[in-house]
Amino acid sequence: MILVQQIVFIALLVAGITIFSRKLRHIRRNILLGRKEKITDHSWERWKRVILFAFGQKKMFRNWIPGILHLFVYLGFIIINIEIVEIILDGILGTHRLFLPYMKQAYPIFISAFEVLAVLVIIACSIFLIRRNVLHVKRFEQPEMTRWPRQDANNILIFEIILMLLFLTMNTSDQALQYLHERGYHHTGFFLISYPISKLFVHSSPAFLIGMERSAWWLHITGVLFFLNYLPYSKHFHILLAFPNTYYASLESSGKMPLMENIVPEVKNMLGLSDSSASLESGSEQAAVPEHFGAKDIFDLSWRHLLAAYSCTECGRCTAACPANLTGKKLSPRKIVMDTRDRLEEVGKNIDLHGQFIDDGKSLLDYISEEELRACTTCQACVVECPVSISPLAIILELRRYLVMEASQTPQDWNAMFTSIENNGAPWAFPPDERGRWAQS
Amino acid sequence: MDNPIQIPTVAELQAKGEKPELLYWVGCAASFDQRAQRTARAVAQILTKAGILFAILGAEESCTGDPARRAGHEWLFQMMALKNIQTLNQYGIQQIVTSCPHCFHTLKNEYPELGGHYEVWHHTQLIEKLIREKRIQLREEKEERVTYHDSCYLGRANGIFDAPRDILKALHTQMHEMLHHRTRGMCCGAGGAQMWKEEEPGKTRVNIARTQEALDTKAQTIVAACPFCHIMLYDGVKHFGKEEEIRVKDIAELVAERLM
Repeated sequence: MILVQQIVFIALLVAGITIFSRKLRHIRRNILLGRKEKITDHSWERWKRVILFAFGQKKMFRNWIPGILHLFVYLGFIIINIEIVEIILDGILGTHRLFLPYMKQAYPIFISAFEVLAVLVIIACSIFLIRRNVLHVKRFEQPEMTRWPRQDANNILIFEIILMLLFLTMNTSDQALQYLHERGYHHTGFFLISYPISKLFVHSSPAFLIGMERSAWWLHITGVLFFLNYLPYSKHFHILLAFPNTYYASLESSGKMPLMENIVPEVKNMLGLSDSSASLESGSEQAAVPEHFGAKDIFDLSWRHLLAAYSCTECGRCTAACPANLTGKKLSPRKIVMDTRDRLEEVGKNIDLHGQFIDDGKSLLDYISEEELRACTTCQACVVECPVSISPLAIILELRRYLVMEASQTPQDWNAMFTSIENNGAPWAFPPDERGRWAQS
Repeated sequence: MDNPIQIPTVAELQAKGEKPELLYWVGCAASFDQRAQRTARAVAQILTKAGILFAILGAEESCTGDPARRAGHEWLFQMMALKNIQTLNQYGIQQIVTSCPHCFHTLKNEYPELGGHYEVWHHTQLIEKLIREKRIQLREEKEERVTYHDSCYLGRANGIFDAPRDILKALHTQMHEMLHHRTRGMCCGAGGAQMWKEEEPGKTRVNIARTQEALDTKAQTIVAACPFCHIMLYDGVKHFGKEEEIRVKDIAELVAERLM
């Protein structure tokens, strides 16, 4: 009987991990559809940021209430995973509470700590559900937060609550069985949360309690494996990608735009400054004409913006801080990131279907409208707010480049400004001779 | 604020065989916009008072290319940048001060990779330094209730939050922060080349929402450190019909008013 359980468990585990790693490879392939960009600099500085922002969640504490609640869920997730190691080993080896003989008196202390965390996770997730579904916190109520994104957020919260309840149920029945001296349920000492609850069950039959304990155990571990495979389809994927995304995020000023190096030689040529591209200081590779100026589709964005798109947890801190969005414009930085991910997924499916990308006549600009892109003031509030170091602004500006430089879709006022800069050296139509006039008054 | 100071251009100094220790990069707004010109004069007064030998480029100054770049016109940006860098390098300019955060950011962070390496100051940084080193003295006057609007390209982009606040402290003003300030400061609505086109349709305009936050502080003076924020906030104050009661001032103007 035990052997059959072991075989079923191992099969389940292998299947769960195999399906997950296949999906991971898929996502990796999608991310690498982006433009190549080498990021090997400042590794110490980058690790520091990973520790501060990803592990340390520094930005989360800009709003301290959700910050602390999120910390509970995060710690719960990481620390309770230590217990998952024991559960998995028990499943494979057909043992029960494998670590007990090695940890002795320390064992109940650890399990009690996990239980406290489990309760905190349940409380935090419940408050999060209330914030989303009862209080209707404004940043969860934007147009892009309907249907799947809304459902997804609730799914995650409910699922985490269920997993924690299963963990506590498993321990409660275990404690009751220990009290009844049931064979195989070794005495562990008292668990802080489940022991008092177990007293309610000491009059139940051992068979019922064993059924309860085994069901909770199996449902919990099956749930964990299911949840693992749910991650890549969900905003919850941020628990993994927040780390690499923080590592690869730009270290420069949030306001700095990347130089389009490949056009520098041409511009110099035009200005009669053709001292070869040798004076170009940052890694002057031979200029290849870019496929597009700026970005029309996900292929034109750097791979790290695509990684960012998969890292987004749709929290909407960016949108809540966006001056355009606050004043009722169509632009929502969160939507820009979600659209990038959705288009990328669409392209990924296209490749799965055909073996390679077959032009579907669409682009990222079918998801993101000109009106949204135009409304951005490049104020970087979205960049500064993002807890996982995404820059929606970087995507917006690449798309703007495409609109102006290639599609020639420029508002008339901007065309006038360009002409004025070209002819007068100022965005306003004043002649250069008048530039110094204020100084002669 | 008439000023008797004659500000030389770099070319004029060069003709005399001199070189300025500091270039004042005026920017388009302070060159052409009447309100922003007062800021330029105030900066000039302060620099003169501190005994700094400075000059402007005059007709040789051009747009840094910032609005073109942020609108998406990288080509035009690079043209302007390369031309400006050529001018600056020809004159051997090493130190620049500017009263525009957009010029500041572009000169400081976006010119180096095109070959323009300068020590770039925003006027709030330089004025704060001059006060700290007692190179300018300020008159004490009655306490004024003020609020300070963080410019995006000064604050978030370059981390300059304290210098302007320290100046306001030195002026013995009573500072009242707006709802959104420092890293959370709300944009005035001019950045990203918005200054040169109509806003997209929405519930309200960005500058009006921001001005409302400023008015909520009950400040008598709204202090800006960017000519575009200045214009946007003044328009906002006018929108509420409060231009008679509430002043919108660049921080340099406040300092120049109190120069001893």
